[in-house]
Amino acid sequence: MAKAGSNLNLDGQGNPVWLLLELTYKCPLKCAFCSNPTDLDTHEDELTTAEWKKVMHDARNMGAMQIGFSGGEPTLRKDLEELVADANDLGYYTNLITSGIGLTRKRLENLKKAGLRHIQLGFQSSDPQTAHWLAGVDCYEKKINMAREIKALGFPMVLNVPISSVNIHQVPEVIHLAADIGVEYLELANVQYYNWALVNRDQLMPTREALKAAEAQVAEARKQLGDRMTIFFVIPDYYEGRPKACMNGWGSIHLTIAPDGVVLPCSQARSLPGLNFPGVRDHNLRWIWHESESFNLYRGDSWMKEPCRSCSEKEQDFGGCRCQAMLLTGDAANADPACSKSLHHHIVQEAVTRALATKQDHNKLIARDVGWVPTEV
Amino acid sequence: MADSNNHNSMYRFSIAPVFMFRWEESQQAHVLMYPEGIVKLNTTAGEILTRCNGTNTVDDIVHQLSELFSEQPEFIEPRVHQFLEVCHGKGWIQPQS
Repeated sequence: MAKAGSNLNLDGQGNPVWLLLELTYKCPLKCAFCSNPTDLDTHEDELTTAEWKKVMHDARNMGAMQIGFSGGEPTLRKDLEELVADANDLGYYTNLITSGIGLTRKRLENLKKAGLRHIQLGFQSSDPQTAHWLAGVDCYEKKINMAREIKALGFPMVLNVPISSVNIHQVPEVIHLAADIGVEYLELANVQYYNWALVNRDQLMPTREALKAAEAQVAEARKQLGDRMTIFFVIPDYYEGRPKACMNGWGSIHLTIAPDGVVLPCSQARSLPGLNFPGVRDHNLRWIWHESESFNLYRGDSWMKEPCRSCSEKEQDFGGCRCQAMLLTGDAANADPACSKSLHHHIVQEAVTRALATKQDHNKLIARDVGWVPTEV
Repeated sequence: MADSNNHNSMYRFSIAPVFMFRWEESQQAHVLMYPEGIVKLNTTAGEILTRCNGTNTVDDIVHQLSELFSEQPEFIEPRVHQFLEVCHGKGWIQPQS
């Protein structure tokens, strides 16, 4: 998914710029909005330390500059510090994307020594009870403590808060908390409906009124806080009428490696049926990026159908998200139905109507329980 | 130049700690990287930021660039000041205390 922070349309000149390593699908949380695949049981064969190092090395040679260590929960990998050190030596800007569960002061110090540049901490709510509803476990205290440790060690930090109907009324409290912790960037990212979030869509969808209220609260906070903290508010595409410029286009600058070494244009692409994504255990990374069928399928615009093909905005949004087109219309080459010009836009509108007609009850959230590993919090 | 006696000329700037600034071979350009973002710099911008090392004063940078590009300091100075102001506004650089 395109991040609000990456506003610069950096041209990779045909090469990947961003490398995202999903080190593991295992996680101590059970978030109802998780974007990991729903059939996790099939993906347990994680790459070894040496295999990850080769991936980082090969991608760096191809031009990748930013690296994200993600998951699942990447801190469950005992070799995280070693991988970060290697990435730093290779010249990457290193980002850790974590729930904070599994981190300790000691590990943070070691990650700092290893050259980690930035930490993105996932955060659910400004109160412990709501955080538990969303994450499926008690995690609030631990997260707050880790956020403060991260700042104490001087890491730049993004607090990423997935926004849904469950917590959208807490936006002012979340902003206040983030400012108090001293984070540089607060990302209020409306939940995007893939995988577990799609399973829970009826329970998570906020109303248009709630979104407008949150947007006004963000605008007010920006005025008050000035330069102290940058707040990103990522509008849900179901309401926007315009599709997101997903991944800056398929196979354009993003390269994602799943825990078992399968290479993807984005984390969600694995859910596309009928596509056989190659893995680094069987193929050379350069070949996968440049030559493989799966990476070329939706690259550029020759795959586009109408209304995308003749659309004046195709250079800006690339027809939106291929995964969303597949999930909602059954054909990844269709326009993203979040686009008001899509012939299938009614599917998105109906989904909103259905969700808002559903009685929202946190007890009905379906927790992501596959791949869950109990960790002492 | 009116600006030549401006106190800004004696400022020393360095790259702010959130940012990582370096030459990127694959882009044949200097880049500035930060959480979730990359800025690719043109040649002049890259040359100016290279000199924001906490040691050079703004005045030093003006003179070094005027030699590098064979231009009069009077021509270079307002442009360097303007670019540094933009950089400071974006939080890329910070004055040394």
